[in-house]
Amino acid sequence: MECIYIPKDKLLAIKIAEEIDENSTEKLRRKIDNEITRFMPRKVIFDFGNVSFMDSAGIGMLLGRYKVIRMLGGNLELTNVNKQIEKIFEISGILKIIPLTKSEEICEYGGKNVGNI
Amino acid sequence: MLGIYDNEMKLEFVSKSSNEAFARISVAAFASQLDPSIDELADIKTAVSEAVTNCIIHGYENTMGIVKVECKLKNNWIEIQVSDSGKGIEDIELARRPLYTTKANLERSGMGFTIMESFMDELKIESIPNMGTKITMKKYIMPLEEESKDGQEECKQKEGI
Repeated sequence: MECIYIPKDKLLAIKIAEEIDENSTEKLRRKIDNEITRFMPRKVIFDFGNVSFMDSAGIGMLLGRYKVIRMLGGNLELTNVNKQIEKIFEISGILKIIPLTKSEEICEYGGKNVGNI
Repeated sequence: MLGIYDNEMKLEFVSKSSNEAFARISVAAFASQLDPSIDELADIKTAVSEAVTNCIIHGYENTMGIVKVECKLKNNWIEIQVSDSGKGIEDIELARRPLYTTKANLERSGMGFTIMESFMDELKIESIPNMGTKITMKKYIMPLEEESKDGQEECKQKEGI
């Protein structure tokens, strides 16, 4: 997973690059929480461009990260979500609290890669 | 009984979460004989993943057990049966309810059955406490011609024909 941080906006973008299911969530949770506590960002964007599969385990994982990020005073957004995963987001109602955003936003800010986790 | 379906297969594996990907990919490969669309295949993969995860997390509660997956093909549908010999479900109606989970502390969403229900055409849950749970789901695959006919009509409408 690639992490991009933009200090001026306190924005952390994490490009998730694996299938999200029960088997992978524990590792993802640990890695992502590590980065969040390291940067204390005001805004976090999860880039789903390289996520080819996600099931409801992903919803639980995202809600958990949302709580952590909110507790630290930040916001969470998602981008580059494929059609199938968007369907799961819609059924779960999660988009009401974790909105989808356009991916250009990350590029616009011109962040730099702060490490692959 | 062999022969009443067009094709059948059966998988058995140990209840390790690393087998979730194996199960959904195997079922998708088997289902591809029906020429499903990419969306239909993705629906099947997601539903299988949910069912198998339930067996591992809830049925066996992360202890060792055997998860069984059986698939049957006939004409334009696939029936998938996922079963375990685990602890079973006390109240099936409650378990089916969206957002209901017995393991909220572990960041579970409680969306498993809701997703299976909305991605498949039929869903049956049978369970006996302390004996196990069997999920039977069925999906009808749209014939390709119909989809492309719809597509053509859409094109015609757009072009104003």
